[in-house]
Amino acid sequence: MIVEIGHFALILAFVVSLFQAIVPVWGAVRHDGALVRLAPRAALLQFALVIVSFASLTNAYLNSDFSVANVFQNSHTLKPLIYKWSGVWGNHEGSMLLWVLILALFGAAVALFSRRLPDDMLGVTLAVQSMIAAAFMAFLIFTSNPFLRLANPPFEGRDLNPVLQDPGLAIHPPLLYLGYVGFSIVFSFAAAALILGRVDAAFARMVRPWTLVAWIALTLGIAMGSYWAYYELGWGGYWFWDPVENASLMPWLTGTALLHSAIVMEKREALKIWTILLAVITFSLSLLGTFLVRSGVLTSVHAFAVDPERGLFILFILILFIGGSFALFALRANAMRAGTLFSPVSREGALVFNNLFLSVAALAVFIGTLYPLLLEALTGAKISVGAPFFNLTAVPLMIPLFMAIPVGQKLAWKRGDLAGAMSRLWWVLALAVGAVAGVASIVSGGPAMALAGVALGLFLVLGALDELLERATRGGWERFFPRLFAIPRSNVAMALAHAGVGLMVLGISATAFEKEKVVSVKAGETITVGDYSLTLNGLTTQTGPNYNALVARFVLRDGTGVVAELNPAKRVYVGRQMPTSEVARHRAGLSEVYLAIGETSGGDRVDLRAYYKPYVLLIWLGPVLMAIGGLLSLSDRRLRVGVPRRARMGMPQGSPAE
Amino acid sequence: MTRKQKRLAIIGGIGAIIALAMGLILTALRDKIVFFRSPTEVAEGKVRPGDSFRLGGLVLTGSVRKEEGQRVFFTVTDGAKEVKVQYTGLLPDLFREGQGVVTEGKLDGAGTFTATNVLAKHDENYMPREVADTLKKQGHWREDKPGGAKP
Repeated sequence: MIVEIGHFALILAFVVSLFQAIVPVWGAVRHDGALVRLAPRAALLQFALVIVSFASLTNAYLNSDFSVANVFQNSHTLKPLIYKWSGVWGNHEGSMLLWVLILALFGAAVALFSRRLPDDMLGVTLAVQSMIAAAFMAFLIFTSNPFLRLANPPFEGRDLNPVLQDPGLAIHPPLLYLGYVGFSIVFSFAAAALILGRVDAAFARMVRPWTLVAWIALTLGIAMGSYWAYYELGWGGYWFWDPVENASLMPWLTGTALLHSAIVMEKREALKIWTILLAVITFSLSLLGTFLVRSGVLTSVHAFAVDPERGLFILFILILFIGGSFALFALRANAMRAGTLFSPVSREGALVFNNLFLSVAALAVFIGTLYPLLLEALTGAKISVGAPFFNLTAVPLMIPLFMAIPVGQKLAWKRGDLAGAMSRLWWVLALAVGAVAGVASIVSGGPAMALAGVALGLFLVLGALDELLERATRGGWERFFPRLFAIPRSNVAMALAHAGVGLMVLGISATAFEKEKVVSVKAGETITVGDYSLTLNGLTTQTGPNYNALVARFVLRDGTGVVAELNPAKRVYVGRQMPTSEVARHRAGLSEVYLAIGETSGGDRVDLRAYYKPYVLLIWLGPVLMAIGGLLSLSDRRLRVGVPRRARMGMPQGSPAE
Repeated sequence: MTRKQKRLAIIGGIGAIIALAMGLILTALRDKIVFFRSPTEVAEGKVRPGDSFRLGGLVLTGSVRKEEGQRVFFTVTDGAKEVKVQYTGLLPDLFREGQGVVTEGKLDGAGTFTATNVLAKHDENYMPREVADTLKKQGHWREDKPGGAKP
């Protein structure tokens, strides 16, 4: 019964979304304020209905209701509670419902928090958002219904893919979708601005908080996914240039560009066309990612077994929205006045530099991800484009961008003083290079590229600190603390986010210094990894709630004595009879010892992959710091959600262009 | 700087960056892509020894042999032809006889494929698309039950 309520609520939400997609636009065209003002209420109603729908599916999972096909295929009575709950989105249909839930969430959030928007802007934005929601709800209801019943309910489910039975599943997809789908609202704002002909600084102020929210979530979501892959898959890698990872990286790159270009648009009324274009492109790339993951056209470790009908449906949605928005853009591009021209050496010049590099990097990822598809369609040849391609394209394109960050954040608006900015930065750079040279002479060198990477990372971190230091000591040291605390939050946010980039670069560079050992170990045998020694005490078996495990008991010692017991394991899950590796890790500061076992041979022998990974945690702490910077910027009073009144007064009310 | 100079500097800079990016992308497309080959294509001589490529198919049942030092030998088949593969290292969890596999490496003069990488999958029902296509081509494809997977 509850399942049917969920199904019904979804259908109702679809009907509401159609209403919300059409009526406000009709109202805006007819200058009928009453119709336009229906949009926020419809958005809230739609969100409530999707919540009911989502809650009913969750309920079916929690109660292991195997009469629901989706629950049968992806759950098991023995599964721990947290995985019953997060298993709701551990499959195609459920994750699509989460998609729709987040679409509706952003619609409702705008309805609630952007009350001070002009009515028509709010109405049309919510209408566009609802068009997207309607398309995806139709997709759910007609091709991927999670509420389908089975005629003969089985007693036991087929269980969730064991790789997904991890707390990571509870965090990674919701965050990633919050980011991915969050850009939908930015897209909706852009479409509304184009429809109403209001592409101005006020638009930049309106979308900035939403862009930030989506960007923060996407940053954390990608970082979380990378961390999860690192500890779950047992290869010790953190990024594989897998098409699905690329699908999330592309909107991140353009979304980051958007975040920066919107600042220029807001402060200088420049880059207007470009900013709108970025908003459209970013969400288009999110849609493209959804298509790639769910249509089965790409080979990926994130495989969804999907039928072609679904792929075609998403392709249709993709073409509809991307085509529609670009057509709208082409219609309106002439009407948008180009912004003011500015000096290349200035804050806005630096932000253009940032945008260019982020965009061409996104282009490189785009080509690398889609070229295999194109080539196969044209010639039938099957190729794979992997890490070597991206290491030669996207990675080198990031380097000049990273080098420019400390310089760019020092330049003033309008007319920057490059010599002045560099006069302090030479010291920062010297400090970074000096530190690296000093360390390299102690640890007797290392790969030159990695050392350069460490220097770059230090330059970024120190450059960010110097930015704050310089502001706090402007006019002497005596008022250091009052000045430090008086630095506007958005400047502190910028420094933190850029320092986060530096930390990430440090972490990635440090992987060149890791120690790896792949050996077969016998009980009682001791091996060394880096400065640690590792003894295998023995192999034991262990029974978990829904799996049986073979556990290798290792003792880890450093120069002084025992530091940890590490128990990497190999699990076989009862439901699917599928083996997985459980790695064991020992953290020392920001570094880790990482163990994964392979197969046993001869009863007391086990294949072991052991790593010492120096400063590896920085790879994910960097993005976390970036996200903290984003949150701080979001809390800046001057950028609060909703348009400041000043902007509103400058705008004609309720008169759409044309 | 005059208006004209500014405009020139900006357009020139943008052009240079885009040219740099396109140069990198085209170079990488020429040198850094890896072709996917089936055992039949290898037998037809489409691959020269020393070329890096991906070999995909099924792990021939009964062909997996392990040696000291984590060396593994197995045979990849597409039903028609077979290629012997050697690999050193840990195999992915889902590596099994009779299952689909994708390996990356090079062919030596004797026709043995030395893999540097054996690719893992998230899902036991999942068949790499290239492998599925290869098997279909050779008439060894059986429609499998659809499986759920990963967001």
